[in-house]
Amino acid sequence: MKRPGRIDPRRLLALCRKEGYQIVRDPSSILIAFVLPVVLLFIFGYGINLDTSSIRLGLLDEDGGAEARSFAAVLAGSPFIDLRVGLSRPALREELENGSIKGMVVLSSDFSAKVRQGKGEAAIQVLTDGSEPNTASFLDSYLQGLWQVWLSQRASDQGLKAPTMTSLEPRFWFNPTTVSRNFLVPGSISVIMTVIGALLTSLVVAREWERGTMEALLSTPVTRAELLLSKILPYYLLGMVAMLLCVLVATLLMGVPLRGSLWLLFIVSSLFLGSSLGLGLLLSTVTRNQFVAAQAALTAAFLPATMLSGFVFEISSMPPPVQAATYLVPARYFVSALQTLFQAGDVWPVLALNTAFLLFSAGFWLGLTALKTGRRLDRDRVA
Amino acid sequence: MWHAILTLVRKELQAIMGDSQTRAMMIMPVILQLLLFPFAATLEVKNSTLAIYNEDGGAASIELIQRLAAAKAFPRLIMVNSEEQLRQSIDAQQALLAVRIAADFTRRLARGEPAQVQAIIDGRRSNSAQIAFGYAQQVIRQFAEEQRPQVLPARLTVQHLYNPNLEYRWFVLPSLVALITTIGCLMVTALSLAREREEGTFEQLLVSPLTPGYIMAGKAVPGILVAVIQGSIIAAAAVWVYHVPFTGSVWLLYLSMLCYGLSLSGFGLFISALCANQQQAFLGVFGFMAPAIILSGYLAPVENMPVILRAVSAVDPVTHFIVIVKGIFLKGHGFVQVWPHLWPLLAIAAVTLGLAYTLFLFRSGQ
Amino acid sequence: MNDAAAIIIRAVQYRFDGGTALHALDVDIRRSVITGLVGPDGAGKTTLMRIMAGLLKASAGQILVDGLDPVTEAAELRLRLGYMPQKFGLYEDLTVQENLDLYADLHGVLGPARASSFAHLLAFTDLARFTGRPAGKLSGGMKQKLGLACTLLGSPRVLLLDEPSVGVDPISRRELWKMVGTLADAGMTIVWSTAYLDEAERCSEVLLMNAGRLEYAGTPASLSERMQGRCLQLRNIVGSRREVLQKALRAPEVSDGVLQGESIRLVLRRADEPPQLDGLQAGPEAYLVEVRPRLEDAFVDLLGGGPGGESVLAEHMPETRVDRGVDAAAMISADALTRRFGDFVATDRISFRVRRGEIFGLLGPNGAGKSTTFKMMCGLLAPSSGTAQVMGLDLKTSASHARRQIGYMAQKFALYGNLSVAQNLSFFSGIYGLRGDIQAKQIADMVRVFELQPFLATQAGALPLGFKQRLALSCAIMHQPPLLFLDEPTSGVDPITRREFWTHINGLVEKGVTVMVTTHFMDEAEYCDRIGLIYRGRMIAAGTPDRLKQQATRAGEEEITMAEAFIRLVEQDDGQREELRA
Repeated sequence: MKRPGRIDPRRLLALCRKEGYQIVRDPSSILIAFVLPVVLLFIFGYGINLDTSSIRLGLLDEDGGAEARSFAAVLAGSPFIDLRVGLSRPALREELENGSIKGMVVLSSDFSAKVRQGKGEAAIQVLTDGSEPNTASFLDSYLQGLWQVWLSQRASDQGLKAPTMTSLEPRFWFNPTTVSRNFLVPGSISVIMTVIGALLTSLVVAREWERGTMEALLSTPVTRAELLLSKILPYYLLGMVAMLLCVLVATLLMGVPLRGSLWLLFIVSSLFLGSSLGLGLLLSTVTRNQFVAAQAALTAAFLPATMLSGFVFEISSMPPPVQAATYLVPARYFVSALQTLFQAGDVWPVLALNTAFLLFSAGFWLGLTALKTGRRLDRDRVA
Repeated sequence: MWHAILTLVRKELQAIMGDSQTRAMMIMPVILQLLLFPFAATLEVKNSTLAIYNEDGGAASIELIQRLAAAKAFPRLIMVNSEEQLRQSIDAQQALLAVRIAADFTRRLARGEPAQVQAIIDGRRSNSAQIAFGYAQQVIRQFAEEQRPQVLPARLTVQHLYNPNLEYRWFVLPSLVALITTIGCLMVTALSLAREREEGTFEQLLVSPLTPGYIMAGKAVPGILVAVIQGSIIAAAAVWVYHVPFTGSVWLLYLSMLCYGLSLSGFGLFISALCANQQQAFLGVFGFMAPAIILSGYLAPVENMPVILRAVSAVDPVTHFIVIVKGIFLKGHGFVQVWPHLWPLLAIAAVTLGLAYTLFLFRSGQ
Repeated sequence: MNDAAAIIIRAVQYRFDGGTALHALDVDIRRSVITGLVGPDGAGKTTLMRIMAGLLKASAGQILVDGLDPVTEAAELRLRLGYMPQKFGLYEDLTVQENLDLYADLHGVLGPARASSFAHLLAFTDLARFTGRPAGKLSGGMKQKLGLACTLLGSPRVLLLDEPSVGVDPISRRELWKMVGTLADAGMTIVWSTAYLDEAERCSEVLLMNAGRLEYAGTPASLSERMQGRCLQLRNIVGSRREVLQKALRAPEVSDGVLQGESIRLVLRRADEPPQLDGLQAGPEAYLVEVRPRLEDAFVDLLGGGPGGESVLAEHMPETRVDRGVDAAAMISADALTRRFGDFVATDRISFRVRRGEIFGLLGPNGAGKSTTFKMMCGLLAPSSGTAQVMGLDLKTSASHARRQIGYMAQKFALYGNLSVAQNLSFFSGIYGLRGDIQAKQIADMVRVFELQPFLATQAGALPLGFKQRLALSCAIMHQPPLLFLDEPTSGVDPITRREFWTHINGLVEKGVTVMVTTHFMDEAEYCDRIGLIYRGRMIAAGTPDRLKQQATRAGEEEITMAEAFIRLVEQDDGQREELRA
């Protein structure tokens, strides 16, 4: 009975309709397909803001002279810095320690005097909170920039030639305002599609086994192909509706640009959904147990989709063995394709490669599920 | 009655340890994540590719390229020869960052004029690209300074406290103590109760002399134990495997873990009191966990969030526990510094446990 | 080959990793009749069913169902075969009509045939009124009927039913039986596996299996006939009939015996060799009457007789103590117990009292309010009004203290399936407050009494059914409760395991334990001292089993069975309701 059997459209339709009723009548599947995506999209879109907008910085001006005041004015004028003036070193240290400021600048009592001496002995001391390395390094580079601003301002005030600074001029492609939302939202769509595809389907076949409906189905003339397709098609449809919802929320409500073509987005999403549906169904078919299947889906689909897809964390920064592992994660290709489609447009080399991998992955998981879908109970213990 | 709770706790632990699938689910993810996370979950930029379009070709430009090539962030350089190739290297995501050195670079530098180097940043990956941009900027600035040393009126000295080299791993591992324990603790508290409901053993408990309070304690304690044990494994790995400094006191860490476990158990029991079956409980755990982790300040600083989400984050136990663990690990925090985050955990526990208890009584028809 | 055989089984074996479920089975199943498939738990009934349905592949041997091999010609066979598995095959979130539509499409019932099949089946199952109701909201009996209707949609030539009547009340069971009988008359071949031997008795043929082997194949009558002259009833007993039964079972002449209301049914080892009446101490008036053998008598006899009358458990248990001030006539009492769910009144002012050392049975159709009452009595559900008390303690106000007095055994043996036997024992004794030496001693006693030693490290979920039941019972009584609540304790369990269970219960009752039980087995109802029959939320009859039977017996009739009495009393109540409405 390895032959999948022919497909009778009427039987297939009947099975799909049944699956549809079950989806519509189960509040939890509606919740996970329509409410959770929107909530997650908003949380990802607004909760994760990597563009450190303004960092709280403490300032201790022990000097109080003109030079120190001018530097403080530069700091206060920066949109990236939320300046707090401190009264003493211990007070600021304490604030730094409990995390209410992320860094402190100390201008010692002889600052103005040393600046005027011009021997280069004046020092602007900066202490950052290294327990948050990302913020600390942002603060570091902001302060470097502000320090230069101060230097050139001071020079022009005194009518001197500004010290020559050779610097790197940034120019952004694709996302000129560098809103992290614009790349996090397409990435989070891939996490959401993984949840819908794998988590939801990991429960469906196991549920039929647990409730005993599978045994009744198997004794009817239903063929293997019909059984499999009846699990794929309704959830594919559900996934695509959720996808549409995500795209609409992202573009219309959150203002994320979509530069690529819709039909490509459709193809890429279909393939990705195919592979996560396949993974979920496989787990469900093999374990025949909801509890185990759901936990396995969480470990095998959701975690890699967040950690190893390059959605938040840069793949190229990972060590080679971990990088190698990312090639097995379908979400990796989907994230790359989505980010390209949303922000860059139809960039063929990227999309072609990703599509090819997704096609392979969808074929792999669905094929394996088809192999494991049996027409008999033989694996069962005898009751 | 301590004996009754002890009996319940022992049963729960036997159930976890006795079943190979459940046992695997308690241990495997911890080890897997302990191996993957510190390497995968990093916002540092390493091993990225830099594309360079050198229109100049002068000595200074070649010197600069060599400096860039030596930086640890860019082990691979792609040399491109046209504007078109430069565009392609970014489009196809071959390079994270492209640097374009203008034709007059060497000349201007020699004349002591500010020379311009243009960087093209892939906005699709704006965070990593910006960080890479920072590295490149540092290299170029240093290079320029060495070319023409000058006396500046004041120098900027930056010192990173608690983590002098800004090792990202020192940030990840203490956070992991909070993140990984979340899953285990919630599974034990939320799902196991739903499972008892489905298998009918729950009624068996209800007809015994145990009061609902004891039954809840019997579920909460194993949850806390799982959290503490998993947390200890991760903390130990952080100290001895990943060499993250541990500056605070161990007992304070355990006290905090206990409070954290209590607040998580509160959420777990609340979910289980709300749900009729395992499927719902599972979705409930997921529905709680995903936002709790995203908003915990681990992925992005809480300060950057809009006010509403910051409010949500304030009642998220994960947020508070991450701050505590990082404080104890890196900043040598004592009880005084930990307390402002400890009491919210206790308050969350009190509220969630209270709600769970009320709901529990209501649902069991008492 | 025999033309009348619809299913031909030749040397069929089924092995699985760790054992053999079927040993070289040879049997023909006749066309157009109902063939009953009976046997103790683990006999291989379900395995055989699944092999016939093509869901399992036989390890060896040949099988032909309606001339087709179930594995190689599966596609063709599925068009001719209907199979209703033991675990329910309906989609509970789909309505009755949607379930029917699904199976009609799957079986290819189309066009005018579809409408007429639906009309016919809905009339046949009396479900026409409920087509819009989700299947999950139907009562147990209606679910089974709907399952049958779905299975019948392809007009199969062979119908396999795996324990279709487990958990179904006597009324629905009778209806189900009638439906299937009509089908057989119309030419369908039916295999019906069951744990109810009164059902099997009405089959044309019966196959009796034990441990993977066929022990008997033929008509039930010829099997019962072997017992001619060996079945007696002891009537007019004075004193405790349970003690008499115990003594009778100790007599060497007796192979099996059960309570039947006020009387005792005895099966002799040899015909015409009755036990000495004096030895039974049944009183001066007692006498023996020969009765018609039943299939159950033959079944138990064929499997080596009943388990004997000794309950090691009862010997081990001390006489229950009752605190001073507790009314021995009202160990359990319900007073105008009412429970409403929204507008629906699940139980309506139910009152009863149970004496010390009495077995009180709650009977009633599915969904009549029996379980609701039971749940309120053991504190699982709070009454909307009225009181439920055990030993004078209100379950609402002194819940924990009251529950300490209760032993509770649930329908599906609610044990921790993934804990070992030893872990289950120490857990359940622990939550009832046993500890230290006393706990160790109790556990050791239970292990000895129920012979659990070889299974101590086995997971409870993997135990054979009989041992599961022993374990569940020992977990319920380790704290030596004066009260025992049993909720359908023997549902789906074979007659021999059932007898063993009741031997223990009888023994406990002799020690003064008070028992409250719900059941769908009418034989089991006869073990009770008194019965409360609950229907539509009210207690419509109460009394001893014999009284209920008398109450339902019409003038000039011989004594009727308990099942018959049950059905008549419910019908009478319906009649009264009709009159009131008119």
